[in-house]
Amino acid sequence: MKKAFGPLAALVGVMFVAAPFVVANAPYESTMGLVQKIFYFHVPSWFAMFTAIGICGVASLYHLFKNSPKADRLAEAAGELAVLFGLMGLVTGPLWGRKSWGVWWQWDAKLTIALLLEMTFISGILVRKYGGPGSDKLAAAVGIFGLAVTPFVYEAVNIWRTIHPLTSVVPTLSAAMAGPFWFCVSAFMLLLVVLLTLRVNLGARQAALDELYLAQED
Amino acid sequence: MFFRTAWLVLRKDIAIEAKSFEVLTTTLFFAVACVLIFAFAFVKEGRPVEDAAAGILWIAIAFSGTLALGRTFERERYGETLRALLLAPAPRAALYVGKLLGMLALLAIAEALLAPMVALMFQAALFSRPLLLVGLLAGGTLGFCAVGTLFAAMLVRARSRDVLLPILLYPIIIPVIIAGVRGTAALLSTPPDDATAIMWLGILGAFDTVFLTLSLWTFEPLMTE
Repeated sequence: MKKAFGPLAALVGVMFVAAPFVVANAPYESTMGLVQKIFYFHVPSWFAMFTAIGICGVASLYHLFKNSPKADRLAEAAGELAVLFGLMGLVTGPLWGRKSWGVWWQWDAKLTIALLLEMTFISGILVRKYGGPGSDKLAAAVGIFGLAVTPFVYEAVNIWRTIHPLTSVVPTLSAAMAGPFWFCVSAFMLLLVVLLTLRVNLGARQAALDELYLAQED
Repeated sequence: MFFRTAWLVLRKDIAIEAKSFEVLTTTLFFAVACVLIFAFAFVKEGRPVEDAAAGILWIAIAFSGTLALGRTFERERYGETLRALLLAPAPRAALYVGKLLGMLALLAIAEALLAPMVALMFQAALFSRPLLLVGLLAGGTLGFCAVGTLFAAMLVRARSRDVLLPILLYPIIIPVIIAGVRGTAALLSTPPDDATAIMWLGILGAFDTVFLTLSLWTFEPLMTE
């Protein structure tokens, strides 16, 4: 993993430099025109958030039942990244909505639950910061419940007919749009992997440092 | 064994509460105060804002429920009695169920007071479909208490637990509150929209199942130090 990290980080850098050009070359959507291009960053950021939530939830479960500090660090990193990518989705979403729906925000099922998920994972960060000793277990509980609510978000648009486009739109993209879309998705996923690795390593170093301090005091 | 333990925990909580009525009276008073504040905010020139009643009812339940959760477990923390309970050779999930039943009973009393009060003050026809209303209240309260009891129990040994309880609890249980509010609002429309209320009742049931299963499953490892 260590050897692969440098090239991987470089690849992500190149992909994000190339992404605007790829997106610019994609065809215009028939009804929304230029505005629809935000889709290439909006949807991948949610993909990345859901992946981060999945990693956080599974790692939290593992930590809770097996008491593994390693899994805890992974859950912490993934929880923070879920907030980061969620924030990207919550910024790009209203920008798109303002142009195509005429309003910045709409209280419909998908938007509401997405906002709640974001808040859930922010609360996970807060409990780690202010919960004192033992807060890793508390944050694990938040991660697990966050993961449990996620399917409702994904299904929300399909169950409740809302203003938000259906999730089934992705497989029906025309080839000219699907190419740039999956390019952006892979860029976001790789970015997630790179950031996750960085954050887990940082956590591991912090833990090692804490251990050294404790050894020094003894 | 399981249900006997749960029943013993519940009976213990009722016995303690019956001595002072501390949590019950403070919770009820707080709930009434909550509704009064909303009454001043949402009743203009004698006419309540449309659809406000359902939201007010559920906000009062959620706020007073949070207060009661905090108080109940603060009492356990004071005497270090939660640790004693956890040391007992009994299934941990049974302790959770006992605590949960206590919270449900407390909130049921609060709701029995709140629902008529909201109906009266906001001229809301809450009782046009009594069975559906009871179903919505029961479903919503179960979802709220299932997560609330777990989080309040695990926060007992955390720092700044008073602040953290609502911070952790609300984002997760807001879907339950939304389902409760929308379902109750459907009952308040004229004529009452039974189909919509039943749909929200089903969603509440789904949330309750998920939350209760997760809580029963994670209570044991969460309470292990």
